[in-house]
Amino acid sequence: MSIVLKHEIPGDDFSRAGEASSAVKNKLKQMGIPPEVIRNVSIAAYEGEINAVIHANGGEITVTVDPDAIVIVISDTGNGIPDIELAMQEGYTTASDNIRALGFGAGMGLPNMKKYADEFDIRSEAGKGTVITMKIYMKRPKD
Amino acid sequence: MNKFPNSVLLNPDKCNGCINCLKRCPTEAVRIRRGKSVISHMRCIDCGECIRVCPARAKTPVRDPLAVTDGYRYKVALPHPALYAQFNNLEDKAAVLGALLAYGFDDIYEVGAAAEKVSEATRRLIAEGKVNLPLISSACPSVIRLIRVRFPNLIPYISPLNAPEDVAAKTALRRAERKTALPREEIGVFLIAPCPAKTTSVRAPVGLEKSDIDGVIAISDIFPKLPSLMKNLDLENLFPDGETLNTAGRIGVSWGGTGGEAGGVLSDRCLSADGVENVMKVLSHLEDERFQNLEFIELSACSGGCLGGVLTIENPYIARVKLNALRKYLPVSGARLDGSEKKSLFWQGEIEYVPAYGLSDDIGESISLMEKLERILEKLPGLDCGCCGAPTCRAFAEDVIRGHKGGCIHKRAAGDFYSEI
Repeated sequence: MSIVLKHEIPGDDFSRAGEASSAVKNKLKQMGIPPEVIRNVSIAAYEGEINAVIHANGGEITVTVDPDAIVIVISDTGNGIPDIELAMQEGYTTASDNIRALGFGAGMGLPNMKKYADEFDIRSEAGKGTVITMKIYMKRPKD
Repeated sequence: MNKFPNSVLLNPDKCNGCINCLKRCPTEAVRIRRGKSVISHMRCIDCGECIRVCPARAKTPVRDPLAVTDGYRYKVALPHPALYAQFNNLEDKAAVLGALLAYGFDDIYEVGAAAEKVSEATRRLIAEGKVNLPLISSACPSVIRLIRVRFPNLIPYISPLNAPEDVAAKTALRRAERKTALPREEIGVFLIAPCPAKTTSVRAPVGLEKSDIDGVIAISDIFPKLPSLMKNLDLENLFPDGETLNTAGRIGVSWGGTGGEAGGVLSDRCLSADGVENVMKVLSHLEDERFQNLEFIELSACSGGCLGGVLTIENPYIARVKLNALRKYLPVSGARLDGSEKKSLFWQGEIEYVPAYGLSDDIGESISLMEKLERILEKLPGLDCGCCGAPTCRAFAEDVIRGHKGGCIHKRAAGDFYSEI
């Protein structure tokens, strides 16, 4: 048994960036998902959403919830990441000065996603886009 | 006793079942059922929004009548700093304290004085590095309830210090017992409060076994009695035994409005937000760790801070101007923490998560209920009109899942009934 929550991530609108992950978070709260799981999911989803807004003019977030785990897939059709290993380094960023001046693009997005997810996978193809898949286990308290 | 009492009282004769409170409630605690407003006690955070917005004046904030002081041999007033901001041209708040004595109180302990102790203790906690940062203020009872129902991940960030009125009550009670040698039940300790959320926090305290406050009097009830008592006061010889009761300084008085509490932390890494919608945004962002390097977060459910509470009279922004003028000639801080008090500043016990929104305790069941909810939602018009008695189409779908029987007026107009959903 599982449910799929899909949200579009609009591009180039920083004022509304974060709304998709917020909507996911509210639904997870309603589903009675343990608070610490929600925390990890919403941080990971938010970072992914912001990355899609900054680097790929938006994309899509799909969250699949089943009783054992939550899988977040963030996909975009942007330029792709040429060197994933480099992109995974803390503080490494290709964001423009303009975007950095807005307080985004500090080079912590991907490392944070990896940190908060129990499983992390990133695939990217030049000119086609990036797909990030993160899995967070449902650590049910006192089971 | 009800574990979740609320401080909103409905007069059903006045309630005409309009949707104003329904749409305004920030926690979706209100429904209209059988033409009357109904509040979910678990979800209500006592923010007072429904009271403010009710055009029929069917909702009133719960507080104690002025007569609550009757029958006590020794009466202590705990005036909240927002009280001072109600007066015009107040130069010295001693006049207000004098009027309270003339009204019939035997002793006064300013909430602002206790607030300065809380500020000092907060500074120490942050400096010692033994608390989770950013520390979230525990002063606004509505914010604490909001965190308990909606933001359980932030419970560990709530300041472990009691709200100033509880600190004031403890100190005042000890002083009264020492001075009078009366038994506890003959001493009455009364908070003069700006909002009904304080009433709830007295009746169902969080983090305290039992509140030391015996009654909550509204600023709006007692303020009209005071101006006439302020005439002909001898401000020099106001207080019995020559002891000054006028202790709160600039920091304590500033707690009345937004930014005052954060100001008392004396750090530039403080955030202050007011108004419940803004507070919810801040908490949501905080939950996602979007803020960096903050030390302290001051949040009040009311716009303008406590000055905007529904038990005040003056417009909160005008009140702010008055408070600023009053502050000008005060010392920075009048009350100091003494070592023996330190322990009584901390609340006891745990602040518990109140899961008021979950569809089911079982995740598997929640998942299938959520699927059902989304399916119902797809068939609704998405107008969020409130005519069905739920604030949004989504909330209506949620009610249906929980067993509510009702329909959608738009579906019905189109000949399509809820039962066919």
